Order: sequence, then C-alpha cells, then structure tokens
Amino acid sequence: MVAVDRPSLTSKLVSIEAGGEIIDARFVRESAAFATGAGEILIAGDSEARVKAHKGAILAVTGDGERIFTAGDDGRIVAIDIEGEQEALVDAGNKWIDNLALGPDGAIAWSVGKTAFVRGRKTERSLDVVSTVGGLAFAPKGFRLAIAHYNGATLWFPNTETAPEKLEWKGSHLGVTFSPDGRFLITTMQEPALHGWRLADGQHMRMSGYPSRVRSLSFSADEKWLATSGSQEAILWPFATRDGPMGKEPLIIAPGVKNEKVTAVACHPKQAMLAAGYSDGMVLLVRLADTAEVLARRPDGSAVTALAWRDDGKLLALGTEGGSAALLPL
Amino acid sequence: MSEKIPVTVLTGYLGAGKTTLLNRILSEPHGKKYAVIVNEFGEIGIDNDLVVGADEEVFEMNNGCICCTVRGDLIRIIEGLLKRKGQFDGILVETTGLADPAPVAQTFFMDEDVGAKTALDAVVTVADAKWLKDRLKDAPEAKNQIGFADIILLNKTDLVSPEELRDVEGHIRAINPYARIHRTRRCDVDIKSLLGQGAFDLQRILEIEPAFLEQDEHDHHGHHHDHHGHSHDHDHHHHSGGLKHYHDEEMQSISLKTEKPLDPDKFLPWVQELSANEGPKILRLKGILSFRNDPQRFVIQGVHMVLDGDHQRDWKEGEKRDSRLVLIGRDLDQKKIEEGFLACAA
Repeated sequence: MVAVDRPSLTSKLVSIEAGGEIIDARFVRESAAFATGAGEILIAGDSEARVKAHKGAILAVTGDGERIFTAGDDGRIVAIDIEGEQEALVDAGNKWIDNLALGPDGAIAWSVGKTAFVRGRKTERSLDVVSTVGGLAFAPKGFRLAIAHYNGATLWFPNTETAPEKLEWKGSHLGVTFSPDGRFLITTMQEPALHGWRLADGQHMRMSGYPSRVRSLSFSADEKWLATSGSQEAILWPFATRDGPMGKEPLIIAPGVKNEKVTAVACHPKQAMLAAGYSDGMVLLVRLADTAEVLARRPDGSAVTALAWRDDGKLLALGTEGGSAALLPL
Repeated sequence: MSEKIPVTVLTGYLGAGKTTLLNRILSEPHGKKYAVIVNEFGEIGIDNDLVVGADEEVFEMNNGCICCTVRGDLIRIIEGLLKRKGQFDGILVETTGLADPAPVAQTFFMDEDVGAKTALDAVVTVADAKWLKDRLKDAPEAKNQIGFADIILLNKTDLVSPEELRDVEGHIRAINPYARIHRTRRCDVDIKSLLGQGAFDLQRILEIEPAFLEQDEHDHHGHHHDHHGHSHDHDHHHHSGGLKHYHDEEMQSISLKTEKPLDPDKFLPWVQELSANEGPKILRLKGILSFRNDPQRFVIQGVHMVLDGDHQRDWKEGEKRDSRLVLIGRDLDQKKIEEGFLACAA
C-alpha cells in the first residue's frame, strides 16, 4: 500500500522512555500513568514519578482517576497516586492476581484462579466460578459484578444472598464490559469474536468476523458505538437502538497498512472521534462522522498496546510493546 | 521479530519421576533460566521465582472441531510470563499424570498470540520402567503420554532386570517407534538431550526412521546398533536385537512410504480430509514428501486435527526422493490409510 497522504500530529508527540513493554496507560488526575511489564508504574506529565509496584509482572490494571491500581504475579494489589505513594491493598501470597475492577463507593474486585473477590467498605466476599476467571466488570449502576469465565459469564450482587445469575454461551470468555447504559454485557472470547447478552431478556448477540482475538474495547462518548480491535480496521458495533448490534452491520473504518491489525482503541471522551493503534506502531485519530484520519504516531514495527484519553480529551497517552510511551497534546 | 521462546512439556504417569526430572533441569548449571508451570505447588525443591501453578483447564474451541481443545490456563499463564520477557530462556510445562498432552500441544498451534511468541519444543515423557506395563493396561492417559512423546525417559531402570527392561521397551515401541528413549535411574540424563529439540519445527524434520535401540550405548548387554542406522531396512522387528515385538491392541503407528512422486493436488486434500475425519484418533503425524516437479522437500506435522505443512529445502544431489508419512494413533484403519496414501501418487 502506498503511504496515505494524511495530516499529521506526530511533531507534537512527546516521547517518554519507559523501559519494558507498556501494558496499560491511563490518567491519574492530570497526569498519565503507564504500567510496564517490568512491574513499574511511570507517572508522566504534570507530575513525574517511577515506582516499582511489583516484584514480577503486572497482570491487571485499573484506576479511579485518583489512583492507579495494579495486580501482579507476586499476588499483590497496590494503589499508587501521582506522587508515587503506594498503598498495598491485597496480598494473596504467591498466587497470581489476574483481574481487577473498581466499583461504587471504593469497592474493589479481583480474582485468583477460579475465585472472584469483592471488598466493599465493610465486607469482603468471594465467589467460585466454573473455571479461572477471564474478566471482571462492575455494572455502571448498583453494586453488581460480572465475572467472565468458560462457557459464559456470571452476574453477582455481592451484597445480597440472591443466587448469582448465569449467562451461558459456549467457549472461553476472557474480557467483560457492560454497556454504559447497563443494558448489555459484552465479553471478548478466546475465539476471534465478541459475545453479548441483552440483560433484560438474555438475548444473545454474536459479533464475529475478526481475524484475531479482540483485546481492546471502547464505547464512544455518545454511547452509540463500541469500538474494537482485532481486525485490519477498527470495527465499531452500533449500540444506539434498543436491540444493540443485533442484525446490524458494524462500522468499519481506518484500515491499517496491509496485514497490520488494530491492537488498541480508545474513543475520545467528548467528541465522536477514535484513537486507533496498530500492530506496526502506527496511531491514527479518526473522526467517526466522515472517517477523516490524522496520523498521531508513525509506525516503528512495535505494536501499540495501550491508548488512553484524559477526561478533558486534550491529552492522549499511548504505549507500545517495545517500551515506547508517549503523550500527544491536542 | 525476536526469537520464539521454546516450551518443553513434561508428561508422565504419577510417580514416574517428573518432579525429579524437573528439579534436575532446574538445578544443573547449564546457565539457562526456565520459567516453570507446575500442576502442584510445593513439590519443587528449587527456589525459583518463576514457578507458576496451573489448573489444567481444557477448553474446547468454538470452531466445530471436536478435538480442538486447548489449555486455557496455559494461554493465560504464558501471556503473563511473556510480560517478563528477557528474564528467562525457556518454559517448562509439567502436566499431571492424568493429563492428555494433546490440548497442551494444540495450545501452541491454536492460539495466535501464544504461537507467535513461543514454540513447542518437544514432549518429554517420563515412564517408570517397573510399572509402565501395568499402566499401559489400565490407564489410557499413560498410553497417550507414550504415544505422544518425542522423547521418553525410561526411568528407574535399576529396579528392573535387563530382560524386563527390554520387555518394557518392546511395549513402548509397539505404540511409538519414533520417540527417542533414554534409560535412566533417577532421571540422570544429559539435559541437553531433552531441551532445544525442535520436535515440532518443520525445518527440523530431518528424517523419519523408527528410533529402534538408538540408545543402546547405555545397554550393557551387547546389542549392535550398526544394523539400525540408515539402512533401507524394513522389518525392524527381526533386526531389533533382543527387543521383543509387541502389538498394542489399541494404539499403533502406521508408517507409509512410496518412491513414486506424489501429486500435491491429491495429497493435500487427502491428508486434510484424513485429519478432519480421523483427527480424534491421530495423536501425531509427521511426513517428508516428494511432490512431482517440485525441487523442494515438503514437510508436514500434525496433532489430532491441527496440521502444519511447508516446503522445507531443496532435495539434495543424490538424496533419495521418496515420500514418508508416519502416524501414531488409536484404532486407525491401516489398510484404508495406506491405500489412500498410495492413491496420491502423481
């Protein structure tokens, strides 16, 4: 493919030496926080700090805007603020903590093997599911946790004695997310596909056709689109109507260079715009209305593994498998 | 793209000596560092911060293929380990005595990301010289582990007589004539002969010959292995020096050979159909093929329904251009498979 002549913002990109694969990027207050495969958290932007959070690798990351929370193969969960101050929250011994999610009122959920744990203000409860937990997500409203696992997902109200609700679909479900309106639950699967359930009636939604596994999901600011990685283009499923994407075609935009795939997506928090990262390291900003593209990062051969917008939409954080981190002010 | 991290799978029935082998690999001064995936914590005596517990979760793939199972826990653990890339040279996967090696192997071919960054190196099976024969009778898992192996450590040889040892080797050979057998006492084998084998690497399929008695240098009973080198054989059973010849009722190997060049337009659909229909029964498949008007060797290897094939290299001057295909499996229809293979001649 011939290089597309598109406008470029690459001269505004501020590079940061991270050291080690970037596995997550997100914002803590006004600053960016990058998690590396070497177990470090790097705070960059307004504040700067570098913290060794885990002895080994960081396996799961989340955040609440005030702090970044990480779980590691050392069995610990720590929360880190922009000054680099650490608070150890959980120590599961030498067991891996694979998943992490934050809920309302400071609640935190994590998983060790087949067991999901939820710690609220006063209580800590756990639930065993059929297989190792693939993913965790709190519902946008109420105190309800979704747990993805083999052959489906489980919905659990940790504060009640109500039996957990099982949503079944054959296969291994890895990541999980609620739609922002709470009407749908979507999982990423071991197969290159997404699965979804309309929670009101359990109606299934199959979102397939990907050449590789979907690892990155992001809802658009207006909640009408679910952007996904895994294909040569960014695939956006329509969630505007009552039926969600059922029976509808996805929006297919921003094709990468031949044979390269979208590896990370992040919808702009205010505008109808998507940041898409590719397996060759390229990052594009794409306007959904007319699919106009702006080049944000030139390809360097190392896959984009993390993309995150600051809440005001004026700063984009990105990171690659090769250990390059960068900030792009808009 | 950086080099793929080699993964060695250690199988073996309970009590055969897997943990002994694992401890040996980890403690010997070979200068390499291994991440270890074990099924039971605490059995390993070595202090290694890269020891991870696994749950042996076998997941079916939703692709309509009945035997395409993978180890979900392995995918997750390997992805986690890969975040610590550069901190280790290889991965050892220990399975329980009851585990089927196939889902472990298939994980490396079915999962795109695992397959892109790691490569299955070999399946090493530890067998108890005294008890293997009994296990082959009563434990289908033990038979799978022997049938699947690239390398077999016939361990605890000090507990059996030379006659018993030859007898148990005969039973192993009835199932798997291709694996390399090392006779050991306390898994005392040169680690180099276990690791870095590339047994699933198409580029390293060199020749397909039954490995009868190639380890005879360890045998003090005077077999001569000169007869078993690269001769044109066939009937190893009569040449195999005091090795008793057994038939396994259920699991067998089929060795196919033709000097006629094959037609790829016949062979490739045939082998694909064979693996689609008979895949559940095929543990391993390996072949070196000579296609008509093709200056290159075509090599193929498979695990159940997963097939992998590619051109390997030019046929050498004077090299015998024949086609060989071997299968190890359960209840295979030898006659039908043989006829099908021979019908692929150009």
